[in-house]
Amino acid sequence: MTMLANAGKRDRLWRGVVIAAPYFWLLLFFLVPFAIVLKISFADPLVAQPPFSDFFDWSGAAGHRVLANFDNYRFLLEDQLYLVSYLKSIKIALASTGLCLLLGFPMAYAIALTPYPWRNLLLLLVILPFWTSFLLRVYAWMVMLGKEGLINHLLISVGLIDKPLQMLYTDGAVYLGIVYSYLPFMILPLYATLEKLDLDLHEAAADLGARPREVFRDVTLPLAMPGIIAGCLLVFIPALGEYVIPALLGGLDSLMIGRTLYDEFFVNRDWPLASAVAVVLLLILILPIMLFQRLQQETEV
Amino acid sequence: MRRTSTFLYSVLCFGYAFLYIPILVLMAYSFNSARLATVWGGFSTRWYSALLDNSQILDAALLSLEIALVSATAATVLGTLAALGLNRMGQYRGRTLFTGMIAAPLVMPEVITGLSLLLLFVSLQELIGWPSSRGANTITMAHITFSMAYVAVIVQSRLASMDESLEEAAMDLGGRPFAVNMDITLPLIMPAMAAGWLLAFTLSLDDLVISSFAAGAGASTLPMLIFSKVKLGVTPEMNALATIIIGIVTLGVIIAGWMMLRQQRLLARGQVKA
Repeated sequence: MTMLANAGKRDRLWRGVVIAAPYFWLLLFFLVPFAIVLKISFADPLVAQPPFSDFFDWSGAAGHRVLANFDNYRFLLEDQLYLVSYLKSIKIALASTGLCLLLGFPMAYAIALTPYPWRNLLLLLVILPFWTSFLLRVYAWMVMLGKEGLINHLLISVGLIDKPLQMLYTDGAVYLGIVYSYLPFMILPLYATLEKLDLDLHEAAADLGARPREVFRDVTLPLAMPGIIAGCLLVFIPALGEYVIPALLGGLDSLMIGRTLYDEFFVNRDWPLASAVAVVLLLILILPIMLFQRLQQETEV
Repeated sequence: MRRTSTFLYSVLCFGYAFLYIPILVLMAYSFNSARLATVWGGFSTRWYSALLDNSQILDAALLSLEIALVSATAATVLGTLAALGLNRMGQYRGRTLFTGMIAAPLVMPEVITGLSLLLLFVSLQELIGWPSSRGANTITMAHITFSMAYVAVIVQSRLASMDESLEEAAMDLGGRPFAVNMDITLPLIMPAMAAGWLLAFTLSLDDLVISSFAAGAGASTLPMLIFSKVKLGVTPEMNALATIIIGIVTLGVIIAGWMMLRQQRLLARGQVKA
């Protein structure tokens, strides 16, 4: 009897460890930090360690005084810089997501149509850049686009231009960098849905007299929709807060919000304002992130 | 149909050229003996030997490796537990929140994760005096947090596709959950755990933004060092360093892929025999 009871205790202990250990870790290192960001976004910057004011002032004679305020958020609204940054980030992230889809869809489709074992090779070629350093791949475009880079060199030697074009440190370079870096994130979920497509359906539609364009529009596209949405979210969400690409490829005026946040934090050392920037960014992203989680859970089932 | 596939394969070729040409160009330039990229000064490995003399780069590389080893291992343990908790433990309170906390780090912009973790570390230090300083320790904790989500997703997809009947049979025969998980589940999810570990390892080696937030003034990982140098422009030393790193990663991925393929074949053969 005691042996059984002990076994039952041990089972519950194991179950407890399996659930509690990662749960506790994520609560402490993922969820609680957001609460802290929210709290600090209502504080005032101070020249102190840490460089922000407390939520309450306990020192006053008549009890405490609430120091929290909306100044940072008011500032975000008043200063054009932030509004422009948010809008520009949304524009760049949306457009790059669209470009990724335009390039990624035919690629994923072609891979899904290729017979094995070639398909494995083609997939490996998509996955490989995914494993290769993000930073170094962005750097590779600095080598390509610079004043002394390969593209300018080629264009000059062909005689199309006689002095180098300014390609690096422009918005165009940022678009290029995002499409380049996130393309595998678009192709892989697209491939995963297109792979399961039943090609017989296409033939059936064609046999019934549908033209290729109609087959694509009425059969392929709706069936591929989960992959399209997943791919777009996987590109759009991280691209919106991207820091490295605008910092390395963009000009000084390429105001993406991730870069603005980073500079606010590291250059201006205004932690409360950086927190407010992060909170607003998170608010913009909350819908797409929830959509993404919904999709994850559906594929799980 | 023919015209469609010609179009599809042209786009595919263009896409691969787009993905690979910049990397190949970078690698080629690393062997250029001239400092200016436009002039081909002949083949040379001088930038590689210059790297070997640079102790700053070697130190940063060692620190990055150390952080990646520790964080990938911890993330694999926690991520695997999380996957089991989501897939084998039935219903419990807070499960939805758990699912959310696993999926969210995958897409969360790095600046947000980095900023929030730093503010956590600072607040903890104020409150309880731990962590007493920021550096390799805080970077490691930050890396565990985002990479355990990747491990969890990989292991979970393996668990979901796996037949539960073996585990159920073992339980019916009186196996305790812990023993069943160790003796039956673990060997079956081992390949997924290995893949997860590898991904966690490379993600940690590659991370710049979250490390920059989590590190105090003291520690500088390899990506942080590279970033501070390439912000100023292209240099042949950085081309050489990039070539070495990309070469190692490519080799690692190819070996890992080959091993997984071989194991899949062995498993398939075993199943045919059984």
